[in-house]
Amino acid sequence: MRTEEAAILPPPPTFCRGRPVVANVFDRLRTLVLSVFLIAAFALPAFAGAFEDAVAKFANDEFSDTEEAIGTIATSGNPLAFPIISALGEDRLSADPDTRKVFITQADGKIIDAATGAAVDKLPDNAASVRLNNRLRRTVEAALGGLTLLSPDPVKRIAAAQSVFKTHDETMLPVVDGALAKETNKAAKQAFAEARAAILLYKQDATDVEKLEAIVAVKARGDQEAMALLTGLGSDQSPAVASAAANATAAIQRTLALWSTVQNAWYGLSLGSVLLLAAIGLAITFGVMGVINMAHGEMVMIGAYTTFVVQETIRTSYPGLFDYSLLIAVPLAFIVAGAIGVLIERTIIRFLYGRPLETLLATWGLSLVLQQAVRTAFGPTNREVGNPSWMSGAFELGQITITYNRLWILCFTLAVFAILLAMLRYTALGLEMRAVTQNRRMAASMGIATSRVDALTFGLGSGIAGIAGVALSQIDNVSPNLGQSYIIDSFMVVVFGGVGNLWGTLVGAFTLGIANKFLEPVAGAVLAKIAILVLIILFIQKRPRGLFALKGRAVEA
Amino acid sequence: MLTQLTHDIATLSRRGLLAASAGLVLGLAAFGPAKAADDTIKVGVLHSLSGTMAISETTLKDTILFLIDEQNKKGGLLGKKLEAVVVDPASNWPLFAEKARELITKDKVAVVFGCWTSVSRKSVLPVFKELNNILFYPVQYEGEESERNVFYTGAAPNQQAIPAVDYLMKDEKVKRWVLAGTDYVYPRTTNKILEAYLKSKGVKQEDIMINYTPFGHSDWQTIVADIKKFGSAGKKTAVVSTINGDANVPFYKELGNQGIKATDIPVVAFSVGEEELAGIDTKPLLGHLAAWNYFESIKTPANEKFIKEWQAYTKNPKRTTNDPMEAHVIGFNMWVKAVEKVKSTDADKVIDALPGTETPNLTGGVSKMLPNHHITKPVFIGEIKANGQFDVVWKTPGLVAGDAWSKELEGSKDLIGDWVGKKCGNYNTKTNKCGGQGT
Amino acid sequence: MMPHVLTRSLDRSASIFLLVVAALGVLIPLSNLLLPSGSIFQVPTYLVALFGKYVCYAVLALSIDLIWGYCGILSLGHGAFFALGGYAMGMYLMRQIGSRGVYGNPILPDFMVFLNYPKLPWYWHGFDMFWFAALMVLVVPGLLAFCFGWLAFRSRVTGVYLSIITQAMTYALLLAFFRNDFGFGGNNGLTDFKDILGFNVQADGTRAALFLLSCLALIIAFLICRAVVTSKLGKVLIAVRDAESRTRFLGYRVESYKLFVFTLSACMAGVAGALYVPQVGIINPGEFAPGNSIEAVIWVAVGGRGTLIGAALGAIVVNYAKTYFTSGPLAPYWLFMLGALFILVTLLLPKGLIGTFNEWWEPYKARRLSDAAESAAREDGVSEPNPAE
Repeated sequence: MRTEEAAILPPPPTFCRGRPVVANVFDRLRTLVLSVFLIAAFALPAFAGAFEDAVAKFANDEFSDTEEAIGTIATSGNPLAFPIISALGEDRLSADPDTRKVFITQADGKIIDAATGAAVDKLPDNAASVRLNNRLRRTVEAALGGLTLLSPDPVKRIAAAQSVFKTHDETMLPVVDGALAKETNKAAKQAFAEARAAILLYKQDATDVEKLEAIVAVKARGDQEAMALLTGLGSDQSPAVASAAANATAAIQRTLALWSTVQNAWYGLSLGSVLLLAAIGLAITFGVMGVINMAHGEMVMIGAYTTFVVQETIRTSYPGLFDYSLLIAVPLAFIVAGAIGVLIERTIIRFLYGRPLETLLATWGLSLVLQQAVRTAFGPTNREVGNPSWMSGAFELGQITITYNRLWILCFTLAVFAILLAMLRYTALGLEMRAVTQNRRMAASMGIATSRVDALTFGLGSGIAGIAGVALSQIDNVSPNLGQSYIIDSFMVVVFGGVGNLWGTLVGAFTLGIANKFLEPVAGAVLAKIAILVLIILFIQKRPRGLFALKGRAVEA
Repeated sequence: MLTQLTHDIATLSRRGLLAASAGLVLGLAAFGPAKAADDTIKVGVLHSLSGTMAISETTLKDTILFLIDEQNKKGGLLGKKLEAVVVDPASNWPLFAEKARELITKDKVAVVFGCWTSVSRKSVLPVFKELNNILFYPVQYEGEESERNVFYTGAAPNQQAIPAVDYLMKDEKVKRWVLAGTDYVYPRTTNKILEAYLKSKGVKQEDIMINYTPFGHSDWQTIVADIKKFGSAGKKTAVVSTINGDANVPFYKELGNQGIKATDIPVVAFSVGEEELAGIDTKPLLGHLAAWNYFESIKTPANEKFIKEWQAYTKNPKRTTNDPMEAHVIGFNMWVKAVEKVKSTDADKVIDALPGTETPNLTGGVSKMLPNHHITKPVFIGEIKANGQFDVVWKTPGLVAGDAWSKELEGSKDLIGDWVGKKCGNYNTKTNKCGGQGT
Repeated sequence: MMPHVLTRSLDRSASIFLLVVAALGVLIPLSNLLLPSGSIFQVPTYLVALFGKYVCYAVLALSIDLIWGYCGILSLGHGAFFALGGYAMGMYLMRQIGSRGVYGNPILPDFMVFLNYPKLPWYWHGFDMFWFAALMVLVVPGLLAFCFGWLAFRSRVTGVYLSIITQAMTYALLLAFFRNDFGFGGNNGLTDFKDILGFNVQADGTRAALFLLSCLALIIAFLICRAVVTSKLGKVLIAVRDAESRTRFLGYRVESYKLFVFTLSACMAGVAGALYVPQVGIINPGEFAPGNSIEAVIWVAVGGRGTLIGAALGAIVVNYAKTYFTSGPLAPYWLFMLGALFILVTLLLPKGLIGTFNEWWEPYKARRLSDAAESAAREDGVSEPNPAE
């Protein structure tokens, strides 16, 4: 829903700062749109014949004709103009190539004839929806933008002002001035002021004083678009304006450089949370139990496929629940992966305790089997796991874009970590798990059923890997190879942080994530990764047992 | 068998040793050449069914099985049935060479359809040359190659990359370019060609940003933010993506989430087809582009028939089709035609008969095998639709002939491949000699 | 002197193993070259190449068994040394192509021509000479292993930590070699070789000779490993494997022993890689993939850790199984079988094929040999794996 809306309406203001939109493509159209507002009240009948001809052009299925039709209809002042153009943008406009009639399917499912507004029973069989390409989509957006500049909804007004800021079309100046004068909404007022500044800055006959004032206003905005506007200024400016623009650019650049550090830190946190999520299950099976579980990645994969199955079921049976699909998938993925984990522990791992390197081999074999099993069951291609609406899109914080899915994953990871920590500390099972880890024989003589604890611990680690899969399905492929891409990174995180210490895993993951993201702009993605690996190798020389080493006699065991 | 073997060895006296090794040789010879049944023609299928490339290649294996099935329904070829020999090279490049050798020597296949990645093709190339067999290679690739034993039914760069850039330049008035790719030979070469081409069209160095990422790259935050920054310099910007397979899903997801829409910065991809889109929610990607020689959505009688039969064969009414599949269809039909023409499956005869062979493609044209072993193809630009399909927004007026050697690259601009007249894959038109650019 | 050192350690099964390898090394090429094609005794060329590959893997498996089976160092990155040796040989083979490449450039390999290298990178110099390349096959992996081992063993990185950082090493190399800017042909690697020492790499005679050489390498590697593990040095290594701290307290410089054997093992892996490349015709960064190294460790486990014959046999058995299962109707399911093989072997045959066989055979043999009054002590010490971590 949200994305569809985004396709037809200019995006709400929080979304559109920092987003470049094409400049100057449809100046002609803008002029026409403007004239609509000035003459709309008088000129209706004169355009009637042209309007119908224009509507019929949609039936030609030629992009150039469609574009002309949009132009004519937008300026016709016909009350059907807005419904037609918004229907076009939403893929609700269809045309019959034989009768050359055009139809609007309204949001409520009713169909009307686009030229007359008369209700129609059903679409003719050979009616096909009118196609758009990117250029036309922009035309539609611009036309709708022009039609909404004086909209009663402040959000739409702001969006329209933003698009004027980007196109800085001189002919819009009177409208913007008029709008500014009577604007009462504070945010909208500022948006119009910025739009006005942008227009003045590029206006041929504006005075230096006006331009200098405009530069101050644009500089105050201080984002990438402001900079684009200033750097795009031609070289034919007076020295005063040119130097003011240069100063403003430099100032904006300084701010942006600062923000880019914040941005890198955020990206690092986000990457770190992904690493942590992938590694946290391993920190249990490998770190706490000492089982080198090469099939860990496959547990993540199973979690992701569980999400897929949940979403498929929801799609086919309960479409209304789609936004809750992940909430349903999390416990299911935990149960499925956990159960498989317990099964693996009971049938394979328990025969291999005390031989960690042999578990490595057996679990590697297991990972091959699980991968191929999933490939056989679900096919080798990627499976689609959709983002629920609350995980789509982004918001702006200062000058950085924060995407919702990354933010939620970070929160989710920290929550999982906290719950796990609390579980280990405060529950009976946690106590038993720690006891068995620290001294198996002592724990057994205290009456703890060690083999049960082993199975549950392994199940817990696998289950957590499973819920990691739910989160990772939101940002990565859901394919049989999903697990493979995380297994090495996960081992690095656990070893770097220190085996057997959950806090080490946390610190390790975020350190590696942030280091990677600060190296990436300097060295590029590949070299950054190589550098991180080399640093881990060197770090292990310094601290052979990781960041947070376990102390005491247990380590020699 | 092995414990038995070691047992034997350990218990044998030294005298018996010779007998044991002779027996071993005998045993080894037992998995030597299997006798090819005379009443069938064997067709090798060399596509990975496991490992990282299974995601793309499994479909192609099914395509060839489907085509063979169809051909057999029509009565086979030269009065014999066709028989597919399927092997799994497991996305492992040396294994590709080994399996190719096995197909040709042991199974005595008449032709092989296979490979996806450039490296797998490079790996089997010496084997096909040495054993003189035929390989049909169905994937768009970097060009710079024309071998006697290989027929390239995928697109060369001039059949995909350059028309796509032309479209963006003319229709979208793009002035600033991001060339983003996975770091391997196809993106490297394609981007090199595109860079040279863009510069020849007057694009300045500072308006081109080139970025390479490793295979399977999954964290695109920084790069997408960079693209966004690069695109906000006041000029219309587009991304030309040669990002490969697995990395595409996280890339598009990040694009969608960071709100880069096709109307702002369009992304045109050369490795994203219907199969790849099947794993993504395409609504946020509406309007991003792909350049191919075939789209499933193209409405021609041939294509509709093919899709119907394919879905019936795979018993899956949702099974998609894609460009490399069409390439296999064309290649297979050309091979059948050539074999029928010379009434033999002998590699030399078929290789000589193939150039000039014409066969209808699925999009309404007639593709022709050229002397450089590439084919003529139409080029389509499609925009991603919300239903995971592409809407063709532009196509070349006619068919484009594939160039084995790029005209844009310094090292290859004088070279041509011509296996008909010159009998040479790297003929230098400047020095009129076979053998590359020379000194 | 040397032959004595090498042969004194041989027991019966070792001699038989060597004789079989030698016999196969001679018989297979002879049968391939001399017998008429189509005869049931003739080994077809593709099998010669295939067996050549297995033998190279067997050498790699020996090198892993030497450090893992006898010294307890589990390297999950041994594929890196194998690949480096392969790259050194590949670079020589690339330089031998000369002007026969598709662009006909006499100096630059093809991939450098289309990536616009103005001249040969410095590290490619010298590889046109075989002796230099052959030296590098030993020096490059050896040097890397020495530096890596020197750092790791000195700071007492052991157990899984060591395993994981060896994995990090090979993974870093994988990423580095994938980079086209690195000057080794990126993902495509080095391929389309023509000549080795003036002989056509694709000729049957060359293949037969390479196979013979691989068998020879296996024999020499086996003798060296055998000499190491049966010497006093070998006893110290086993002590390190079973109780590293105790050995250190007894006054042995554990890190020096480990470093020596690690470097030796890396050189062996390098040689295996160098012989492998001309036989399969391609070297590519895929060889650095951590999965490959893990698989090589599994060969050793399947054959029998701590038994040299087992390591070599394990490599051959697993790879034969892989070849067998990846064709024919079972092709889509071969990963199930391979995976199941790994699981079953670790569960049911924890000592591997040879180890289990020895266990079952030993009492019987001991009884039979008791009259011969031959001391089996030395052999028991080494042929019985004692997996203790």
